[in-house]
Amino acid sequence: SPEERPQFPGASAEFAERLEFIQPNVLAGIPVYRVMDRQGQVLRPSEDPQLPKEQVLKLYKTMTLLNTMDRILYESQRQGRISFYMTNYGEEGTHVGSAAALDASDLVFGQYREAGVLLYRGYPLELFMAQCYGNASDPGKGRQMPVHYGCPERHFVTISSPLATQIPQAVGAAYAIKRADANRAVVCYFGEGAASEGDAHAGFNFAATLECPIVFFCRNNGYAISTPTSEQYRGDGIAARGPGYGLLSIRVDGNDVFAVYNATREARRRAVAENQPFLIEAMTYRIPPPPPQKKKNRFPWFSARFSLIGHHSTSDDSSAYRSVDEVNYWDKQDHPISRLRHYMARRGWWDEEEEKGWRKSSRKMVLEAFERAEREPKPPPRLLFSDVYLEMPPRLRRQRAELERHLETYGEHYPLQQFQK
Amino acid sequence: LQQRRGLRLSAPAAIQVTVRDALNQALDEELERDERVFLLGEEVAQYDGAYKISRGLWKKYGDKRVIDTPISEMGFAGIAVGAAMVWLRPVCEFMTFNFSMQAIDQVINSAAKTCYMSAGSIAVPIVFRGPNGASAGVAAQHSQCFAAWYGHCPGLKVVSPWSAEDAKGLLKASIRDDNPVVVLESELLYGVPFEMSEQAQSKEFVIPIGKAKIERQGTHVTLVAHSRPVGHCMEAAAVLSKEGVECEVINLRTIRPMDIETVEASVVKTNHLVTVEGGWPQFGVGAEICARIMEGPAFNYLDAPAVRVTGADVPMPYAKILEDNCIPQVKDIVFAVKKALNI
Repeated sequence: SPEERPQFPGASAEFAERLEFIQPNVLAGIPVYRVMDRQGQVLRPSEDPQLPKEQVLKLYKTMTLLNTMDRILYESQRQGRISFYMTNYGEEGTHVGSAAALDASDLVFGQYREAGVLLYRGYPLELFMAQCYGNASDPGKGRQMPVHYGCPERHFVTISSPLATQIPQAVGAAYAIKRADANRAVVCYFGEGAASEGDAHAGFNFAATLECPIVFFCRNNGYAISTPTSEQYRGDGIAARGPGYGLLSIRVDGNDVFAVYNATREARRRAVAENQPFLIEAMTYRIPPPPPQKKKNRFPWFSARFSLIGHHSTSDDSSAYRSVDEVNYWDKQDHPISRLRHYMARRGWWDEEEEKGWRKSSRKMVLEAFERAEREPKPPPRLLFSDVYLEMPPRLRRQRAELERHLETYGEHYPLQQFQK
Repeated sequence: LQQRRGLRLSAPAAIQVTVRDALNQALDEELERDERVFLLGEEVAQYDGAYKISRGLWKKYGDKRVIDTPISEMGFAGIAVGAAMVWLRPVCEFMTFNFSMQAIDQVINSAAKTCYMSAGSIAVPIVFRGPNGASAGVAAQHSQCFAAWYGHCPGLKVVSPWSAEDAKGLLKASIRDDNPVVVLESELLYGVPFEMSEQAQSKEFVIPIGKAKIERQGTHVTLVAHSRPVGHCMEAAAVLSKEGVECEVINLRTIRPMDIETVEASVVKTNHLVTVEGGWPQFGVGAEICARIMEGPAFNYLDAPAVRVTGADVPMPYAKILEDNCIPQVKDIVFAVKKALNI
């Protein structure tokens, strides 16, 4: 009878007469959805998205090109050519699997380790490099640290450093998109460490209450700098939090591009069709960069500060907190690139010769872009003053004129040749 | 001959409008004018606003334009920033700016800096508004003034209205501005009626951001203030006038970009400067005014060092008599003027 049901506005449930606490259930947690085994063999044919060969090749080439670009730019940081870098080793599958599942106009809010999404969308190597070098070709005008890419044309919001602040912003953007009644989704990437931030809690909660077409994509790569997941949270990862907020949630094998693809595709479709948020937790592993070749270090003071193995970023040394064995396992036994390669080889879409040829040509492409980027001048000094506001205020205008007058008289004392006119 | 009976369209006279109603009008008019504008915050919709600033707006515009948010400043400030990055023009209400500290990363690191960091490709046309500074009996965590904190940051515009006209004109200008704007209102002023001219009653009435207003002409000393202290300055000016001292009272209206030129022109005329603010003295609005006066041509016209009147350098106490003595009163301003003039 209605009198016997709870009438509280805050929850709809039955009464219980036995005192029982709900177990967090970490041992038998949410299962990990996958399509391929670790050798790239499809387990259930019905789950194979059966992507056309060109698209699968594009997935593979994007992952490997990213890997190559990472190696070269990471090295360049160790040599002092750029100030900072973050690699994506081991997580390439999460980038391309999800990027392939989105529409080109879906809005992407990243954390900082999603360069593969931008690469999949066709962002040229030149511009990645230009941003890392902060040179005159950088559409970002040299304003930000390396890897803080942004591209309005490809609907990739400029990366912002503070963790998880993009989460409620992505929800707000999704709300705006819903108001505009566009067939567009927002995808918001973040790591499992960032998910501890208060912004994440607020973002998840609001996405549900505002009924937004958003897909939250968590890259759970096992570490937040040196903090392992066992110290980051005690619950069953991030996926288990979703239902608590009213989000449809799933956990996938992030190193399986097809699992990532399937989950993202379906989540995106339904998020837009039903105006409700989805949460995908992609399990993966952050692989440190390989040790460098024996090369004379031009900047010995640099490597004295930063050890040569790592890492969360170039400011990190992960040999301090994880074993060689652990790293080797992921590099050799469960890598998104090799798993996809086995899949392709099995279908006769790829072989050793193609692999050799692609390695050579992709490395050549990256090196050429790199050398060009190195030679480019920096942005002109007058760009220091623009974009503080949409219109330049009089005070800044005066200061800019002052600088220009100063340089007219004393320009020879400054390294102006390094800067574009 | 029948006398022609026509409607005599006389211009509407000036009327008395409270600051609350002026803000409400501004919001109503801007919501009507531009469908991209929307209001979000705690209690803004069904409750008509914690301070009733948004009275009637939810009823008129509905769920899509006036949104009650869960209790998370960082959450809804972030939502607002994200929405502004796409195509909407949010007005994000903080129940008081004290609570904005929980969202300050979104306001500064995101809203203020994004245009610069994205090299101009992402605009954030957002307004953050709410009551700022001292109220009555709400103690330390509800009484802080944030003019100096937000005024410090490039990328933000910061306005601080005093009168009903200020409130309406500046809020409308802020909503129409494509940059992020912080609007520092005053809870103690919400219920205060001011005369609103016929011009200000129009739907197109906008006050330019970055222009101060001379509320009262004078010759002996320049008083510069923003928000509620402007009223105290006017009262002090009336008291001093009886003693033969004529104060020029400048209502800053905008904290950033500050209209120092108006202050300079006044100091050149009066040769004496007193700044008045509700905030704490260190690194405050008055400190900035003094520094800029020193850096500019008006310095040579000062006959005495500038004097600052500020809130007491303590967290706001609760007890009324303590609270009263922690904010600048008329007698403090009179005393400061006499000190500056050495009388």
